[in-house]
Amino acid sequence: MARALIPLVVFALIVVFLWVGLSLNPREVPSPLIGKPAPVFELPQLRESGAAIRSGDLKGQVWLLNVFASWCTPCLEEHPYLVSLAQRDLVPVYGLNYKDGRNAALKWLGKHGDPYTGIAVDTEGRTGIEFGVYGVPETFVIDKEGVIRFKHIGPLNPRVLDEEVLPLVARLQQ
Amino acid sequence: MIPELGHFAIIIALLVAGVQAFFSLAGAATGNRPWMNVARPAAHAQFVLVALAFVCLAVSFLNNDFSVLNVASNSNSALPWFYRIAATWGSHEGSLLLWVLMLSGWMSAVALFSRHVPTDMVARILGIMALVAVGFFLFMLLTSNPFDRLLPPAVDGRDLNPLLQDPGMVIHPPMLYMGYVGFSVVFAFAVAALLSGRLDSAWARWSRPWTTVAWAFLTIGIALGSWWAYYELGWGGWWFWDPVENASFMPWLTGTALMHSLAVTEKRGGFKSWTVLLAIVTFSLSLLGTFLVRSGVLTSVHAFATDPARGVFILGFLVFVVGTSLALFAWRAPRVGLGGQFNLISREGALLSNNVLLMVAAASVLLGTLYPLFLDALGLGKISVGPPYFDAVFVPLMAPAMFLMGVGPMARWKQASLPDLAARLKWAFAVALVSAAVLPLTMGKWTPMIAFGLLLAVWIMASCAVNLRERITQLAANGGGHPVSYLKKLPRGYYGMLLAHFGVAVFIVGVTMVNGYETEKDVRMTPGSTVSIGGYVIRLDGFEDVDGPNYTGVRGILTVLKDGRQRDVMFPEKRFYNVQQMPMTEAAIDTGFTRDLYISLGEAVDGGAWIVRVYHKPFVDWIWGGAFLMALGGIVAVSDRRYRLARAAQRKSQDATASAAA
Repeated sequence: MARALIPLVVFALIVVFLWVGLSLNPREVPSPLIGKPAPVFELPQLRESGAAIRSGDLKGQVWLLNVFASWCTPCLEEHPYLVSLAQRDLVPVYGLNYKDGRNAALKWLGKHGDPYTGIAVDTEGRTGIEFGVYGVPETFVIDKEGVIRFKHIGPLNPRVLDEEVLPLVARLQQ
Repeated sequence: MIPELGHFAIIIALLVAGVQAFFSLAGAATGNRPWMNVARPAAHAQFVLVALAFVCLAVSFLNNDFSVLNVASNSNSALPWFYRIAATWGSHEGSLLLWVLMLSGWMSAVALFSRHVPTDMVARILGIMALVAVGFFLFMLLTSNPFDRLLPPAVDGRDLNPLLQDPGMVIHPPMLYMGYVGFSVVFAFAVAALLSGRLDSAWARWSRPWTTVAWAFLTIGIALGSWWAYYELGWGGWWFWDPVENASFMPWLTGTALMHSLAVTEKRGGFKSWTVLLAIVTFSLSLLGTFLVRSGVLTSVHAFATDPARGVFILGFLVFVVGTSLALFAWRAPRVGLGGQFNLISREGALLSNNVLLMVAAASVLLGTLYPLFLDALGLGKISVGPPYFDAVFVPLMAPAMFLMGVGPMARWKQASLPDLAARLKWAFAVALVSAAVLPLTMGKWTPMIAFGLLLAVWIMASCAVNLRERITQLAANGGGHPVSYLKKLPRGYYGMLLAHFGVAVFIVGVTMVNGYETEKDVRMTPGSTVSIGGYVIRLDGFEDVDGPNYTGVRGILTVLKDGRQRDVMFPEKRFYNVQQMPMTEAAIDTGFTRDLYISLGEAVDGGAWIVRVYHKPFVDWIWGGAFLMALGGIVAVSDRRYRLARAAQRKSQDATASAAA
């Protein structure tokens, strides 16, 4: 009797988690950083070693920060949209190469296309932590004053880009 | 009008299912025959009604009826007609309709092919299946009606997801669902057995063919899905351990264990609790898969619409179906009794290890799939569990199962002797060892992983051959004549087993060779430039524009040369789907028995050049070939004459009673 109960108990445990899971949205985590100034960073450039990217230099324009890594499979899903976004030349997209190797990242970009205006290397993930990165990929919209206005967790898709990100960018650019 | 007809048909089907569930289960409980007799006609009626609804939806898609929300969101007037039909099951609502179509189809089949099963068992089985159907009908009508109107109608539709516009995607979901839903039959058999307390070898004999057919469909469905991912996603991979893939793979693992466990229950009367539990677990995992895909609790490549109301409904349904049946199991299983005693070294012993290994493998896949959810629910952050976990856990679990695959079929029931087994299998093992040592060298690279993969594959193949040779020489020793003449006399069930096991070996060869010897190159190519890979030279001849029905794009023209002679011309494409604003990579694949050449276009770069990705993939098609052999083995086993004999005998006895009555 006791042994025959094991499957039921295991199932009950799974159900509890599934129930809690239902109320969580894996793609939407409220970011306490929205409306706050983006963390300041100064990181090496991916493509030109020696050169640096400073968040201060980006002030005065609206820009996107896309957190990506070559080991991240969902990044492949959003990557074509970023590439076509870059071709439309609407907004500069900066990459944050998160906990990745320089060569692996360069190879990955060579293979899948490079949509980024500039790429900051965050090998240890410190800047990622300051940005409150939960998982890769994530995308932030940052306005002319350097304030985070929007955050998307998980791969971008045409709907999010066209209905949320780009209208917001257009408004902020005015 | 047509959509309303379909909607109406589903409502009636719901009522019929309710009636069927109540009368057949209550009838079986009280021994009321007229009530039990409701089950069969009701099952057929349900099938006809759901088929009608399905046709209605397909016609709405074909006619571009954009006043139907489902059509407007998943089709487009520029979509070719065959994809408009496939779009019927391309959406969440449509795929549910396909689900219940399959379920009622299986029910109808059970009603048709169960003449030799006692009436009260049939009533229970169909009653339980009808209960499952009620849940799905309600789910459709309450949260996901495929016939919802859109007023005013859309001018044109949003188009089918370009990833799904592909011939593989046309047949993949129906095959997969046939398998998923097919396990509802053996689930119903198991619950009916628990209810009635009749859990004997006759019960196992009835359940076996249903399980095998469902398993064969699921195998084909998964293989098609993997093949689709291979050529459609443009990354050249064939399995990603994506939650949706895992959702179909878990019932496959436990379904495989179930098939083997049923064999023991039928032949030796053992493993009864195991078999019932596996039947419940397998169908539960099918339902859980539906939950995971439909509720959106996990993110995946197969991003479907997510809606919390749907998730709550399916979870409630899951709790009802799985919870009740597991509670029933806990209550009744201790009384079904154990089978005969057996020694650990015996065929039962091997099959028991097989059950355990496959269950643990399924559990580890489940853990890996749900782990991100567990952590998230406990507030420990969001992570994703990737292929490294699954590879690390899965291979060590499967390797012993593969080894046992060679030993198990050779072992005697009840008690076998190790020295005897070793003597009979020593040549098979020697052949496997030599192949593992030598074959990789002929390919130019020897690594432990490649050698180990080949060792297992050749071991399975060689032990299949030894097994066959033993069977026919034994028959010849008893009956005289040449052993080969006995090949025809062996039962198809036996050949099915050999074929399926051989398929596993073929699959292992494919996986091992691709992982070990695959080469890939990313090159910047301009017209006229060449790249060499795997002994081939590939020359880019140029590009041309493509103008599809609902997309525009660029097509590369590449000539494949071997030793200076032209072998093939390949046309990889980069498409842009106009309605969904989505770029797609259409890889070009030159398929061969021992290798695939796989070319996909990357991005356009400066000066008319493109990044071109070229892969040489040795033996990759053996992966799907092996899966199809496994499924074929299942089909051959089901065509075994003892099932036909059982049916013929039944018919004869029925005729006899009928004429006696007359």
